[in-house]
Amino acid sequence: MNVRLYVWQRATAAIMAPLVVVHIAVIFYATRQGLLAADVLSRTRGSIAWAAFYGLFVAAVSIHASIGLRNVLHEWSPLGERRAGACAIVFGLLLAALGIRAVVAVVLP
Amino acid sequence: MHSELSVSLWRGGEDGRYKTYSVPQCESQTVLDVVTFVQRHIDPTLSYRFACRVGVCGSCAMTVNGKPRWTCRTHVAKVAQGGRLEIGPLENLPVIKDLATDMRPFFEKWQEAKGAFAPTKTRHDAIAQIRPGTPERMAADAAIECINCGICYSACDTVRWNGDYLGPAALTRAWTLVNDARDGGNIARLQAISGSGGCHACHSHQSCQQLCPQALNPTAAIAGLKRRTVAAYFSGEITA
Amino acid sequence: MTVRQLKHRGSALWLAAMVHRISGLALAIFLPLHFLVLGLAIEGEARFENFLRWTDRPLVKFAEVALVFLFTVHLLGGLRVLLIENLDWRDGQKQLATLAAAVSAMVAFAFLVRVF
Repeated sequence: MNVRLYVWQRATAAIMAPLVVVHIAVIFYATRQGLLAADVLSRTRGSIAWAAFYGLFVAAVSIHASIGLRNVLHEWSPLGERRAGACAIVFGLLLAALGIRAVVAVVLP
Repeated sequence: MHSELSVSLWRGGEDGRYKTYSVPQCESQTVLDVVTFVQRHIDPTLSYRFACRVGVCGSCAMTVNGKPRWTCRTHVAKVAQGGRLEIGPLENLPVIKDLATDMRPFFEKWQEAKGAFAPTKTRHDAIAQIRPGTPERMAADAAIECINCGICYSACDTVRWNGDYLGPAALTRAWTLVNDARDGGNIARLQAISGSGGCHACHSHQSCQQLCPQALNPTAAIAGLKRRTVAAYFSGEITA
Repeated sequence: MTVRQLKHRGSALWLAAMVHRISGLALAIFLPLHFLVLGLAIEGEARFENFLRWTDRPLVKFAEVALVFLFTVHLLGGLRVLLIENLDWRDGQKQLATLAAAVSAMVAFAFLVRVF
């Protein structure tokens, strides 16, 4: 960890705090017995607002989780700092790619 | 109160082992009294450190039943569970022999964190006027009574997990100097504590704050350093 | 060297930090799977619908309850860290940490009630 990574991790955490609260609300609203895919997708398809919301969430979590993973690998695994950093970058890119695909999947009309 | 204590002491170097001794229990006995008894009456080859015996020097710090403590200020009656004690050298430091550790890494990190005052005046200048009530001076005073006993360093998980981590004591000293209006070395100091082993590695577990015998709060000092380094990073005074 | 237990590890604040770390790791493992599943919608509603039916199982619902707990506890633990690092020092943190765990459990329980 250094000052640059710290700033990115704490900043994305602060950005995500309200997003997480909204997402938990969405989870509660959306999940119930007998939930249908159509129910979910009818709300998200073609929505710029959801695209922006979850797009921001994906960007932030890709950065935040990869830096967190880097710290854990550096402290708890035999990997040195450089290897831990490389793994973290790969993980971050994976999250970003899968995340963008997921957002596109539910938002595309 | 048991009449005899069963005391396990670490003997040997890094790959040593615990050896158990029987020590008579007395009133108001401290853990240091117990260790001293073993060395004087049972095994003179036992190595351990102490100096003042009265809780002002920090030399007698050891791991007692899993916690790093000043042994001269730890009453046996308070910690001996069922008449048993386990005493080992401080964690996170190389063991020299038995209960004595090599404190050099601790002090080297003190230097790395730029824990030394950088003067800006000479004897020909007027004495600096430092008001004791300013927030900076109060922050420095709250953190300055460190006597380098090593308990916080020994208790810190991040020190154990991250070999580069400068540790709570070194960073607390850096904090006092960052708040010292007379000091001229802050840019270099903030840079020194912003790298891989710097203040940002602290996870706020707060073992340091809970165990410091001087009631210092390295977690709070380090939080202050995090704020200062981030400000310096954004203003371009330091780089990542 | 024999393992020398460090007893202070049981303290409430140390536990809070450990829960924060473990929940982060668990969420990091879960996230790619979550994204993959949502991406099923790209192949059409039917694919996504099939998956949602799979999640109707009780075991999956329990896993979801655990995830909600981990998510909430990670958020609250993270807020705790942001408060320590950016505001003046305050005492009473052990109580705050315990409260965070309790609130997370309540949120997870509310979710449990909702889905069963």
